[in-house]
Amino acid sequence: MPVDYKELKKDRARDFRAELRAKLSAKERTKTERVVMSEKPPMERNKGFVEVNNGIAEEEAVREAGRCLDCPTPTCISGCPVNINIPGFVKQVEKGDFLEAAKVLKSTNALPAVCGRVCPQEIQCEEQCIYNKMNKPPVAVGNLERFTADYERESGNISVPEVAAPNGIKVGIVGSGPGGLTVAGELAKLGYEVTLFEALHEYGGVLVYGIPEFRLPKAIVRTEINNLEKMGVKFVKNFIVGRTATFDDLKKEGFKAFYIGSGAGLPRFMNIPGENLINIFSSNEYLTRVNLMKAYKFPEYDTPIVEAKTVIVVGGGNTAMDSVRTAKRLGAERSIIIYRRSEKEMPARVEEIKHAKEEGIEFLNLNNPIEYIGDSEGRVKQAKVQKMELGAPDDSGRRRPVPVKGSEYLIDVDVVVVGVGVSPNPLIPQALPELEVTRWGTIVVGDDMQTSIPGIFAGGDIVRGGATVILAMGDGKKAADGMHKYLSE
Amino acid sequence: MYKIIEKETLSENVAKFIIESETIANNRKAGQFVIIKIGEKGERIPLTIADADANKGTITLIVQKVGTTSHKLFNLESGDSLTDLVGPLGKATEVEKVGTVIAAGGGVGIAPLYPIAKAFKEAGNKLITVLAARSKDLIILEDEMKAFSDETVVMTDDGSYGKKGLVTAGIEEIINREQVDTVVTIGPAIMMKFVALLTKKYSIHTLVSLNTIMVDGTGMCGACRVSVGGKTKFVCVDGPEFDAHEVDFDGMLKRMNAYRSEEEVSYKKYLESRN
Ligand SMILES: Cc1cc2nc3c(=O)[nH]c(=O)nc-3n(C[C@H](O)[C@H](O)[C@H](O)COP(=O)(O)OP(=O)(O)OC[C@H]3O[C@@H](n4cnc5c(N)ncnc54)[C@H](O)[C@@H]3O)c2cc1C
Ligand SMILES: Cc1cc2nc3c(=O)[nH]c(=O)nc-3n(C[C@H](O)[C@H](O)[C@H](O)COP(=O)(O)OP(=O)(O)OC[C@H]3O[C@@H](n4cnc5c(N)ncnc54)[C@H](O)[C@@H]3O)c2cc1C
Ligand code: SF4
Ligand code: SF4
Ligand code: FES
Repeated sequence: MPVDYKELKKDRARDFRAELRAKLSAKERTKTERVVMSEKPPMERNKGFVEVNNGIAEEEAVREAGRCLDCPTPTCISGCPVNINIPGFVKQVEKGDFLEAAKVLKSTNALPAVCGRVCPQEIQCEEQCIYNKMNKPPVAVGNLERFTADYERESGNISVPEVAAPNGIKVGIVGSGPGGLTVAGELAKLGYEVTLFEALHEYGGVLVYGIPEFRLPKAIVRTEINNLEKMGVKFVKNFIVGRTATFDDLKKEGFKAFYIGSGAGLPRFMNIPGENLINIFSSNEYLTRVNLMKAYKFPEYDTPIVEAKTVIVVGGGNTAMDSVRTAKRLGAERSIIIYRRSEKEMPARVEEIKHAKEEGIEFLNLNNPIEYIGDSEGRVKQAKVQKMELGAPDDSGRRRPVPVKGSEYLIDVDVVVVGVGVSPNPLIPQALPELEVTRWGTIVVGDDMQTSIPGIFAGGDIVRGGATVILAMGDGKKAADGMHKYLSE
Repeated sequence: MYKIIEKETLSENVAKFIIESETIANNRKAGQFVIIKIGEKGERIPLTIADADANKGTITLIVQKVGTTSHKLFNLESGDSLTDLVGPLGKATEVEKVGTVIAAGGGVGIAPLYPIAKAFKEAGNKLITVLAARSKDLIILEDEMKAFSDETVVMTDDGSYGKKGLVTAGIEEIINREQVDTVVTIGPAIMMKFVALLTKKYSIHTLVSLNTIMVDGTGMCGACRVSVGGKTKFVCVDGPEFDAHEVDFDGMLKRMNAYRSEEEVSYKKYLESRN
C-alpha cells in the first residue's frame, strides 16, 4: 500500500509532537538502550501454557517511545503491511496518553494486541526503522503496540468504534480469522448488518486453533470478539457456508455481498512411506487438539493427546515452532525440529526460534525424514532421516536443499508432527464451481479483493496461501472498502 | 440451540434422537454426517444423519454408547440440548439405478446404512437388506428397514434371532442365489474388511462408509486419513464412502486404536463421576 505522507505530515505538525521533539535531541534519543521485554524463565515456562512474554511497564514504554525520532519521513510505516501510523501512536505513548495511542492504532488495525504479539516485526515495521541505518536496534514497535493494546484492555476503557446508523444492508462473512474479523468491524462501522459465519465452535480462526496460548492468550481474542458483538456484528458458529447453507440460500435470505476468509486450513503431508502410522499428526491436528480442544487438560477435557518421550516436528515455520514448543510443554523429554534447510532460511519469527532454543528444543537443521517405521500395533517408533546440504538457489531465492548420499540414519521417536505447510481450504471453491481459482487452489481476486463472482470478495490465506495475520487484516480492510463501494453503486 | 425433541431408547446401548436443526434438515443428503459436542469440555464426535424431516426442521441421530461422549449423549433426554452441532459433512452417496443392491449393516452401522438403503430403493433398485449383530437386542431399525426393503435377512452371531452366523454368510448366500450388482456395507471396520474380501472374490462393486477418528470434520486436521487405492484420503471430505476394494482396512483398524488407553482413562473417569 502506498503511504500517504501528506496526511502524516499534518499529524506530525501537531503541537504536542513538536513539543516532544524539542524536549529531547535526536542524539540523546539514540543513546537510550532498547527496552527488553522480560520473559518467564525458559525451564519453568516450558512446563506449562502461560504466556512467555511479560509485556513492558508504563515507564519502560514511555522510555522506548522516547527512542523514536518522529522522523519527517517515517520509513517504518512502509514496512507495515497496513501502514499503521507508527510515530502517531508512539508519540502518544511518549506523552503518556496511552488510551489516545490505542485509538490511533485501532484506526488502522482492529487487533493490535494480537499483531503486537505475532507480527514478524523484524522483517516488517522494525526492519524499516531508521535505527537500523545507524547500526542500532530499531524502535520496538511491536512491543509498544502490544503494550498500548494491553493497557487499553486492562484499563476497562476499551473504546468501541462508533457505528453509523443501520443501513439495513445484509452482508455475510465466511470465517472468523483475522481477515473476517477485520471486515466485520469495518462494515459494522459503516452501518451494515453484518453476520459472521464460522465452521468451528469458537471464533478466531488460526488465532484460536493454531497459535498456542503461551504466545497468544485466548482471552485477548475473546475480548476482540466481544467488542465486535458490541458493534452489532452477529456471530453464528457451527455453520459451514456452502454446506449448512449455500450462498444461494443466503442470498435468498437477503445477503447482498460476501467476504470469504476461509483460510489455508488444508494440511500438507510429505507422502513418504509410513506417514499414516499412529502418532504421526499434521501440525493442524496436533495444535487443534491442544489449543481448541484443550487436550493439555485431558482428562478434565475429553479430547486426548498422546504422551511422548521423543517428539520430532518437521518444518521450520511458525507452525513447526509452535508444535515443537507445545510438545515440550506436554512433557516430552526430547522435542526436536527437523528442517531441511539451515536456520537462516527458517520462515519462523526470529523470536520464536530464540524462545524455542532457550526452552531446550533441539534443532536438526539440514536434515529431512524420508520414511517412518512402526511397531506391531502400527505406532511410529523410528524415523529414517537423511542429511541435506544447500545447493543453488531455487525459485524462492533460497538455496535448494539436496540430499547427501548415504547419510541416512534412524532416530527413535514416539510422536511425529508434520508442519511442512498448508494449502488453501477447498470447501468454498467446491461449493462455488464457477469461482475462479489458481492451480494451487487459491481464490483469484482483483485490486478491490473482488472474486470472479460479483459481490463475493475474498482475502487472507485463501487468496495468498499461508501468509500472516497482518496481511489477512490488510486484505480485510481493502475488501471492506471494495464491498462498500460495490454496495453503494 | 440444537434441542432434542424426542429420544427413544432402541436397546440397552443404542438410542435414537430427534434434534432441531432446520438448516441441516434442509440441506443434508443420504450418506452425510454431523459433528456434535456436549458441554464446554466435550470432545467433537461424528454421527451419521440417519434421517431428516425438512418440514419439521429436524434430523435423526442414532448413537451406540461405546465411550465417554457417546455415553454422554445416550444419557441426554428430550428437552436437553447439544452444545454444538455442525453439518452436513462429507460427500453424499452417489445413488444410481444398478439393478439389485444388498445393504448389509452390522450393529450400530445399521443406522448410517438406513438413509443410504432407502435412497437406493427410491432410485428404483431391488433392495435386499442384511441386518447383523452379536445378538437379538443389538438389531436395530428392523421394522423401519423392512418397510422399504424387498427382502430383509437378519443374522446374529449367537443365533438368538434370525439366522445364526456372520454377516458375510448371509451375503454370500444371496450372491450364490441371484445376480447382485452392488453391495453397500456399514459396520465395525473389521466386518467391513471381511465383506470387502468376500465381494472382491465375486467382483461385485462394494461401497463402505468409514468411521475413522475425527476432530474437525472439515478437512483441516488429517486425523481421519486412510489409505485408499494407495493414496491418502481424508474420510471427512473425500468420503465417508469409498470403494471397499480399495480401502486399506488394516491400516485403518490400527489408526482407530490410536487413543485406546486415553479413551479408557476418560471413560473410567466419566463413569466414576456418575456414581
Ligand atoms: C500454528 C500457526 C502459527 C502462526 N503464527 C503466526 C504468527 O506468529 N504471525 C503471523 O502473522 N501469522 C502466523 N500464522 C499465520 C496466520 O495465522 C494466518 O495467516 C492468518 O490467521 C490467516 O487469516 P485468515 O483471515 O485468512 O483466516 P484463518 O485464520 O485461516 O481462519 C479461517 C477461518 O475460516 C473458517 N472457515 C473455513 N471455511 C469456512 C466455511 N465454509 N464456512 C465458515 N467458516 C469457514 C475456519 O474454520 C477458520 O476458523 C500462523 C499460522 C499457524 C497455523
Ligand atoms: C462418519 C462417521 C459416522 C458415524 N456415525 C455413527 C452413528 O451414526 N452412530 C454411532 O453410534 N456412531 C457413529 N460413528 C462412530 C462414533 O463417532 C464413535 O462411536 C464415537 O466417536 C465414539 O466416541 P466416544 O467418546 O463415545 O468413545 P471413545 O472413548 O472415543 O471410544 C471408545 C471405543 O470406541 C471405539 N471408537 C472410537 N472412535 C470410533 C469410531 N469413529 N467408530 C467406531 N468405534 C470407535 C474406540 O476404539 C474405543 O474402543 C461414526 C463415525 C464416523 C467417522
Ligand atoms: S501491525 Fe505488525 S507490522 Fe504493522 S506496525 Fe504493528 S507490529 Fe508492525
Ligand atoms: S523509522 Fe523508527 S525512529 Fe523513525 S518514526 Fe519510525 S519508528 Fe520512529
Ligand atoms: S477430521 Fe480433520 S481432516 Fe477429517
